[in-house]
Amino acid sequence: MGSPPDGMMGFGEVAVVIVPGSVSERWWGRPPYRNDRVQSRFFAVATAAFENSLDIPSASQYAALPASSNRRGTKHAMKIHEYQAKSLLAKFGLPVPMGIPVLEPSKAAAAAEQIIQATQNQTVVVKAQIHAGGRGKGGGVKVVKGLAAARETAAKIYGHKLVTHQTGPEGRIVKRLLIEQGVAIASELYASVLVDRAKSRVVVMASAAGGVEIEEVAAKTPEAILLEHVEPTVGFRPYQARNLAYALGLRGEVAKNMVPFLLKLYEAFVALDASLVEINPLVVTTDNRVLALDCKMTFDDNAVDKHKEVVEMRDLDEEDPTETEAHAFDLSYIKLDGSIGCMVNGAGLAMATMDIIKYYGGNPANFLDVGGGASQEKVTAAFKILTADPAVKGIFVNIFGGIMKCDVIAAGVIAAVAEIGLRVPLVVRLAGTNVELGAKMLAESGLPITAASDMADGARKVVDLASGKRN
Amino acid sequence: MAILANRQTRVIVQGLTGAAGTFHAKQMRDYGTAVVGGVTPGKGGTVHEGFPIYDTVAQAVAATDANASVIFVPPHGAADGVLEAASAGIDLIVCITEGIPVLDMVRARRALEGKACRLVGPNCPGVITPGAAKLGIMPGYIHKPGSVGIVSRSGTLTYEAAFQITELGLGQTTAVGIGGDPVKGLDFIDCLALFEADAETKAILLIGEIGGTSEEDAAAFIKANVKKPVAAFVAGLTAPPGRRMGHAGAIISGGKGKAADKIAALKEAGIAIAPTPADLGKTVAAMMR
Repeated sequence: MGSPPDGMMGFGEVAVVIVPGSVSERWWGRPPYRNDRVQSRFFAVATAAFENSLDIPSASQYAALPASSNRRGTKHAMKIHEYQAKSLLAKFGLPVPMGIPVLEPSKAAAAAEQIIQATQNQTVVVKAQIHAGGRGKGGGVKVVKGLAAARETAAKIYGHKLVTHQTGPEGRIVKRLLIEQGVAIASELYASVLVDRAKSRVVVMASAAGGVEIEEVAAKTPEAILLEHVEPTVGFRPYQARNLAYALGLRGEVAKNMVPFLLKLYEAFVALDASLVEINPLVVTTDNRVLALDCKMTFDDNAVDKHKEVVEMRDLDEEDPTETEAHAFDLSYIKLDGSIGCMVNGAGLAMATMDIIKYYGGNPANFLDVGGGASQEKVTAAFKILTADPAVKGIFVNIFGGIMKCDVIAAGVIAAVAEIGLRVPLVVRLAGTNVELGAKMLAESGLPITAASDMADGARKVVDLASGKRN
Repeated sequence: MAILANRQTRVIVQGLTGAAGTFHAKQMRDYGTAVVGGVTPGKGGTVHEGFPIYDTVAQAVAATDANASVIFVPPHGAADGVLEAASAGIDLIVCITEGIPVLDMVRARRALEGKACRLVGPNCPGVITPGAAKLGIMPGYIHKPGSVGIVSRSGTLTYEAAFQITELGLGQTTAVGIGGDPVKGLDFIDCLALFEADAETKAILLIGEIGGTSEEDAAAFIKANVKKPVAAFVAGLTAPPGRRMGHAGAIISGGKGKAADKIAALKEAGIAIAPTPADLGKTVAAMMR
């Protein structure tokens, strides 16, 4: 175990002794099950319901995806929705609440009815499906009773803006819902699997402090987080799952249910090439079962193309359209909220360029790495993306040619300006391979380009030009 | 002296017959590196651009006495290439390949435990000892032999650093790009220990970026073990949390891996911080006076 077990055991015991009825208001529900036989039937129904009702967009909808969406090196942090993650969990035999995803509000009532019928319990949960956390606090998760309330709540959430601490003030429009059964909760725990880069090992994490931001737990009470590092040659072992289960303070039937849960969670992580599988909360029900009440899954961009079923879960509505366009050209682009557009080769130099713009009083409008061996077409595409952003008041091209040749950059910039014009000041700093040729091409192009001698000179000039301090 | 690579380094290139492998094998040879052959399964016995090609690393080592390998194998076969090199007795393995699945690297790292070889990368520009050997994709001419050791997580930012140091007339003993992936071979502290032990290296420049805790670990190591002057820069002060900045490892997650925290840890260890990436050379030069 990675942490002192003494304090932890105490912590775990305290957290687990939550009596039914005193559970958090976010998640509740009267015990829907009367006996084990019925419960297991419910889980079979839940799993089947997920597999049959995934409402994955049609092939034609996905035909609109750029060809690069499953190409390596697109640098896209692949995320999926909660309902999609739970469908993957179910395939690995992990228990999830019965739920039905809904892509249009008119189907919400039918989904709720199906769940109420199957569970014989009027309590259902309506959950907004967006790629951001904090949905509960933002009003995107509601526990309701009965069909009418479910229909009404679904209509209130669907199609409306949801603002959480992760969406930023502009929020997200909710275009997908998950309707789930209500669950009677005895306690809320936490479990996740991820790579510990410092140890070059996969780590299975658990905590008795579930249902809250794990970062807060880690900051305030690091001893409340339990770790089991995995030896890659033998995988996550049952004894390690037992270490976690008992250190969480679990006993008897609950501990016995937790062990296979954690083993399957690790199995899913490895089989799917995930970069994170996080169950928060992982609940213990009042009838001693463990259940993934929420699930966040992200994937290793370098391996996701091996998993067609995951690639197909991509939701373009959740992505910045400009970023999607950039990825189609194999450009690494991230939109930021400043006014200086930057085009750089190399991730480290691109970050450093953002930093030096800020140092001289400007704000970067984006991170853009054109990569090591960009073609003229790629440079042109990158330049067009920058100039299309209305927030951009000045552009800084900062290139240190290695494999990337300065004349290729110059040709790409000249071609882009010839095609779409130049509405903002442009500062170019070139260094490295073929710098003289690149500088000569820009000078002879007759374009109003400000040349910079080094990074600092370029950053100062673009900040001044964008703010109108210099002409 | 220098570290990792010198005039005695005999290099093979895994994946030499591919486009990137061919281009860079020639560039390395033009720089003066002893590139003694290449490995491409199925092409053994042929000669490509003057380089003898072997089917396996073991055959290449037996025929050429190679002690270093530079890997340009595509991502899904690259971890296997690293293990093949290690098993054939290669001392220094430089893996340039970008895009290797992280779980492949977790398994490869485990398999390398207990072996004497050193892995640099993956997803890195490589290693250069100016005037002696270039094992990687960096432009050779921006370097010159000198007394500054460079270790960096970034590619082009390393070029920027080397160029500034060359312009100031100082030059480098060795520049090592350790790569931007979360699971990799040599880390900062491994290279710092080598530079500290190298008589030619008079000062060290460390270039970090957001994500992970390698810079904090380096700060603690320097405080305890490094007597030579160290200057540093950390890229990503303006990077927003939760967004991966190009490199798989460059992400601020869960409030960890922020540039400001790394800079604070380095400063606390008595390391001079370059205020901007335009001051990399000046900052290290000031430490040497």
